[in-house]
Amino acid sequence: MKKRLFGAAIAMAATAALITGCAGGATPEAGGGDGEKPYIAIISKGFQHQFWQAVRAGAEQAAEEFDVEITFEGPDTEADVDQQIQMLQTALDKNPAAIGFAALDSQAAGPLLQQASDSGIPVVAFDSGVDSDIPVTTASTDNLAAAAEAAKHMVEAIGEEGKIAVVAHDQTSLTGQQRRDGFVEYIEENAPNVEIVDVQYGGGDQAKSADLAKAIISANPDLKGIYGTNEGSAIGVVQAVKELGLSPDALAVVGFDSGKAQLDAIRDGLMLGAITQNPVGIGYETVKAAVEAINGETLPATIDTGFYWYDSTNIDDPTIAAVLYE
Amino acid sequence: MSTPAPARTSSLFSLARNSLQQLLAFASLIAIVIVFSILSPHFFTANNIVSVLTAATVTGILALGTTFVIITGGIDLSIGTGMILCGVMTGVFLTYWGWPLWAGVLGAVIFGGIIGFINGFNVSILGIPPFIATLGMMLIASGLSLVISGTKPIYFPNHPDFQSIMNLSILPGTRFPLGVAVFIAVIIVSAIILSKTIVGRYAFSIGSNEAATELSGVNVRKWKIIIYTLSGLFVGLAGVLSASRLSSAQPTGGMGLELEAIAAVVIGGTSLQGGKGSIVGTVIGALIMAVLTNGLRIISVPQEWQSVAVGCVILIAVYLDMLRRRSA
Repeated sequence: MKKRLFGAAIAMAATAALITGCAGGATPEAGGGDGEKPYIAIISKGFQHQFWQAVRAGAEQAAEEFDVEITFEGPDTEADVDQQIQMLQTALDKNPAAIGFAALDSQAAGPLLQQASDSGIPVVAFDSGVDSDIPVTTASTDNLAAAAEAAKHMVEAIGEEGKIAVVAHDQTSLTGQQRRDGFVEYIEENAPNVEIVDVQYGGGDQAKSADLAKAIISANPDLKGIYGTNEGSAIGVVQAVKELGLSPDALAVVGFDSGKAQLDAIRDGLMLGAITQNPVGIGYETVKAAVEAINGETLPATIDTGFYWYDSTNIDDPTIAAVLYE
Repeated sequence: MSTPAPARTSSLFSLARNSLQQLLAFASLIAIVIVFSILSPHFFTANNIVSVLTAATVTGILALGTTFVIITGGIDLSIGTGMILCGVMTGVFLTYWGWPLWAGVLGAVIFGGIIGFINGFNVSILGIPPFIATLGMMLIASGLSLVISGTKPIYFPNHPDFQSIMNLSILPGTRFPLGVAVFIAVIIVSAIILSKTIVGRYAFSIGSNEAATELSGVNVRKWKIIIYTLSGLFVGLAGVLSASRLSSAQPTGGMGLELEAIAAVVIGGTSLQGGKGSIVGTVIGALIMAVLTNGLRIISVPQEWQSVAVGCVILIAVYLDMLRRRSA
């Protein structure tokens, strides 16, 4: 009995230390609202992926330039709508000068966005649009146009005819849908001899995407190309090509986003090329727009943060290298 | 609840019952394979069979390890994120600390064992229910992976041959990967541990009736710690293989993998109430999961229906198992 009590005491002490330790590290400077600098709370869709770290870097760059204070946070996964709503609630409670928000689910965020609007806190949407009139502007990539650009390069690579497939990251988010639809629509309108035989979803997980790409390749031995709609999906497809020992000439792989593995695959010739967004630009434009909104300036409905096609020919160009991340 | 009959006398019956059950599970696997082979000419090909085995390897090894824990009546929810953490530790050992390949791999497997040991300690010495103890570990492992890696994937520039642990083709002229051979070796080792050693005997005994086992002089606490540690070693190995397959330690993910592994164990006839289970069953369960996922993709069933189908298979497997037990 004594032993057990002792054990429990140690466990509780450890837990307490852990909690206080975490709280100490994670709590942003409170009371940002009444400091000298305007405080902008930024809620992203995540924080783990390199993409979000790059957005954060851009936001911090702008914060320094415009002399404002920001916090940057996001839920553990891009499926955690509930956690993101709680973060938005906490941000509102701190009464910020403005909010940057990348909605996982714009319906779910509706009431809180209304609350922000009622309190006169301007909201800048970023990454994907928010289905609401409350945000003063939206800073994002035109994913439909970006996906169409990927399709254009795919069609050229396979000689304008043959079977291709899509490995997408998800079918519920706006980016997932637009990167699929932009690609599919371009093919349907411009490439009558190209057939999309399958669209499957791997949740952006590399191993899952590799397994499903292998299944698609097995089911379609005459497949000429696969398009992966984000970093994990694209790397998964490359992994499948490696594991099956296919020649890169036989199967064109087109990707989306950046990351070391994808850059290596392009340099090694395993991947034809990919679309990169400008995540640093997204973060920068979000904070810049928030500052302009705080100063009462009128903003355009959308701010197109741009995208680029990159392949082995231009991967080291300074303009491209600046928006790629490892 | 069955009465705790003396282990020796009932072993013949349970052997017969277990083989019948495995026969049924095996027959279901064959049936699924036949159905997909009819539906698509591309399913039953050498390349695709290797793909299925590759897909089953990591989850399968996790399922094998956790079979021991489930037989004791416990559960381990930390195997998925624990595996990710072990992958990250492989990256730390090999890339940050520059260890030789064998030491890094061994280190990661032992690290998995330590995670398992902590789970076992929390369950048997502190008396925290397994579900809660390993749920806590699941979150700790997920967070630590991100902290240690700085949220970035870790690559293996000092060890370009690291990926051959999983991917190296071992049969000339084919693409049969070393990882699958490791999976087969792990199956054999697990089967021996479960059926031929004292670890296996005590696992069954603890799962059937913990109090009686304790009364008959077995140090249940010690053996539970050993069994969780054993499962942790499997987690470490799975972490190495998964990082090797992707040539990188990915700090995100792992959540949900524990459920896939537990589903494989349950489809294979191991009871979540403990006291009953087999390695062959778990292997068949893991193969059923992998074949279903692969086959449904080959015939282009939409994603949402794939989940529905796998869920139905889990329910049917457990229901059939209940029917069998009731009639037995």
